[in-house]
Amino acid sequence: MRLREFVIEKLLFIAALSSLAVLALIAVFVFIEGTPIMLREGLGSFLLGAKWAPTKGSFGILPMIMGSIWVTVGALLIAGPVGVACAVFLVEIAPRQVADVVRPAIQLLAGIPSVVYGFIGIVVLVPFIRETFGGPGLSILSAAIILGVMVLPTVISIAQNALEAVPVEYKQGALALGCTHWQTILLVILPTARTGLITALVLGMGRAVGETMAVIMVVGNAVKLPINPLDPARTLTSNIALEMAYAAGAHREALFATGVVLFVFIMILNALANMRLRRRGSHR
Amino acid sequence: MELHDRREEKCKLRVENLSVFYGAVQAIKSLSLRVYPNEILGITGPSSGGKTSLLHTINRLNDRIPTYRHEGRVLLDGDDIYHPDVDVNQLRRRIGIVFDLPTPLPKTIFENVVFGLRVAGVRNRTVLQERTEQALRDAILWDEVKDRLNQPALRLSGGQQQRLSIARALAAQPEIVMLDEPCSGLDPISTLKIEQALWDLKERYTIVLVSQNVQQTSRATDRAAFLLMGELVECGPTAEMFTNPRDSRTADFLEGRFG
Repeated sequence: MRLREFVIEKLLFIAALSSLAVLALIAVFVFIEGTPIMLREGLGSFLLGAKWAPTKGSFGILPMIMGSIWVTVGALLIAGPVGVACAVFLVEIAPRQVADVVRPAIQLLAGIPSVVYGFIGIVVLVPFIRETFGGPGLSILSAAIILGVMVLPTVISIAQNALEAVPVEYKQGALALGCTHWQTILLVILPTARTGLITALVLGMGRAVGETMAVIMVVGNAVKLPINPLDPARTLTSNIALEMAYAAGAHREALFATGVVLFVFIMILNALANMRLRRRGSHR
Repeated sequence: MELHDRREEKCKLRVENLSVFYGAVQAIKSLSLRVYPNEILGITGPSSGGKTSLLHTINRLNDRIPTYRHEGRVLLDGDDIYHPDVDVNQLRRRIGIVFDLPTPLPKTIFENVVFGLRVAGVRNRTVLQERTEQALRDAILWDEVKDRLNQPALRLSGGQQQRLSIARALAAQPEIVMLDEPCSGLDPISTLKIEQALWDLKERYTIVLVSQNVQQTSRATDRAAFLLMGELVECGPTAEMFTNPRDSRTADFLEGRFG
């Protein structure tokens, strides 16, 4: 009996360890494949070089970095206000029957495959933007809108947790002082939940940076430094996905190096979010 | 029935045949009670006796609870507080409430005190500062915080936070201050400070002090009401009730036989 317990415990431990091992393997592999070219080319010229012509020996990924930043920030400008507003509605305002319908609908939004988002983007959004604002339509703006919708479920659900964690005493305290419901939300609930709301945005940002398929389909993928939101651009993720199939030698290494940059981006975002979450946990 | 007819016309708050329900649960059973100006009315009794439900009904904090409903009337200066024309936010400014747990908002000490004033639209800096000092003095907190009004309120000790909650309620200049177990989590010295503050305040306010603590009720109130399972067992001058309770259940509670 003791032996059986022992074996089961160790098996569970190994199972838990394996996910960690996979993470470590991926990280090590990507770094081994990607770092040499960065060092060879020089970190500065790799990260800040504006020319990407991998078959001709130019490996500057600045256009892709900027593309990712534009698209991600744009997505957050959409998902942030909408997501937080939606969470406030669900937590503070919606009657239960309404919330019971909206919550599963948002979960469902998270379950839609990204190809479907991209497809809707190509068929509906891209022509709309081309006709309304001009430009090719395949653009940062299209990608930002699609991504904004895609990260909404992440933002909403974490923002909801943050709002629900606001002690009911705070609300009562504000109401008792004559605050209207809206004043209570604005002056007490949102400021109190601030760290959690920022966490929601950071995690949404992590998702937006990493998203690939839908972005490839609507962003245009042109390798040039984007200047305005109607320009096409290429992101770090789409760079890897588009070129890996035929890349070899230094080109392949450069794509892995792109992966390293992406990896670091996401690690920083997750670390930020974890720090925020932990701070919130210890507070009060 | 009470024998205070001489003060009938000056009755500040009158609760008439109030019954309170949360869904199928009845929290208060046909309760009638009067609060007179410039007195401290103690409400005591074991937990789940309806004390908090009563305060929340008087402050209309239950308005948004879907299962809540009540029968009977609550009159403030003779006017029904549940009348459709009553502005609930205005009402809550007239009736301040302090909760059992200190509830400083995650802002500075100063911003906490003036919170109610800001909400009410007071912008004049001088007024805000004067009211802050007055309210903090009234809550016997001024000397401890006057040099650090811009520090986060959450850094204060529990007793200080509770006095800050009181100051916050006072700064809005309510007519009635209701305190729901204000000393439940506090040490004896903080408790005495709060009781001291209440005695000084009753010249200007009408105070309702809810406390499970029998000693506190006997020390700090003019009249006392004893609530048991949603029912008002008796209500009268504190000294009288404590020396000569009319109901045997009151006697049992006061002597610590239950509760």
